[in-house]
Amino acid sequence: MSASAIIFYIISAFILGAGLLAMTTRKIFRSAIWLLFSLIGIAALYFWLEVEFIAAVQIIVYVGGIVVLIIFSIFLTQQSGNEMPKQPLKRTIASALAVLFGFGLTFLQIWKYNFQTTTKEFDWSVSKIGSQMLGTKAGGYALPFEVVSMLLLAAMIGCIVIAMKAPRSATNGKAKEEELETIQEASEVETTINEITGT
Amino acid sequence: MSDVPISHILFVSTALFFIGMYGLFTRRNMITMLMAIELILNSVNINFVVFNKYLYPEKLDGIFFTIFIITIAAAEAAIAIAIIINLYRSHRSIDVEKASEMKW
Repeated sequence: MSASAIIFYIISAFILGAGLLAMTTRKIFRSAIWLLFSLIGIAALYFWLEVEFIAAVQIIVYVGGIVVLIIFSIFLTQQSGNEMPKQPLKRTIASALAVLFGFGLTFLQIWKYNFQTTTKEFDWSVSKIGSQMLGTKAGGYALPFEVVSMLLLAAMIGCIVIAMKAPRSATNGKAKEEELETIQEASEVETTINEITGT
Repeated sequence: MSDVPISHILFVSTALFFIGMYGLFTRRNMITMLMAIELILNSVNINFVVFNKYLYPEKLDGIFFTIFIITIAAAEAAIAIAIIINLYRSHRSIDVEKASEMKW
């Protein structure tokens, strides 16, 4: 076993261990940090596969963007020290069985299938990726590129619209309840006044 | 590099996919479900890159699919967190069991 193989097995054990802990720990902030480690491990796997561009994109977008976004939303919505409620044992066992069965079936297929791997050099370079990304000939990805840019614009506008604070009386449920309560109190006061004055 | 067979790398991505599925099944908190989806998308990315490198090294399509999946995952995470924050404002909770107005 060469050093390269040993490094691969260490990286994959790290990815799987961190991923498993991220999905099973009951403190939500720890879960986010384990997810961060798992994503860093995947970036290391890309480095091991010698696709450094994807590894850089992975670190920038996932580690620098999405995990930070998730941690922000945890701080906005949760008491991060609290443990999440325990799930019923039946559900845990059923989902573990389903997952193990699915994994066994899928991996059996992979194991049986005879992949015809080549030993040719994988020649990617950023300039090649760029010219094919914007190419309009056969095999070019100009149209998906444009569609994705429209998708990102739509997602940005959608985020702003969804997370925008609604006007106080329109949709905020709590505000509505308070309003209702004040109306009820006012009517009660009115009835007591009526009783006192004897009308 | 060549002494690790492709099926061992596929083992990692398959296991990561099903770990994500387990999280999606057992968690009832929206943020942790989003994390599970991120893990699943990452395992798919590993598959694309590995197939591209080991089976079709003269093409680049797997790399492009990976880049587009990362882009869409970022957009999806942003939208999901906007929805989660909006839900938290109206329900004071992000548990999927408690947001049941549209269930039936």
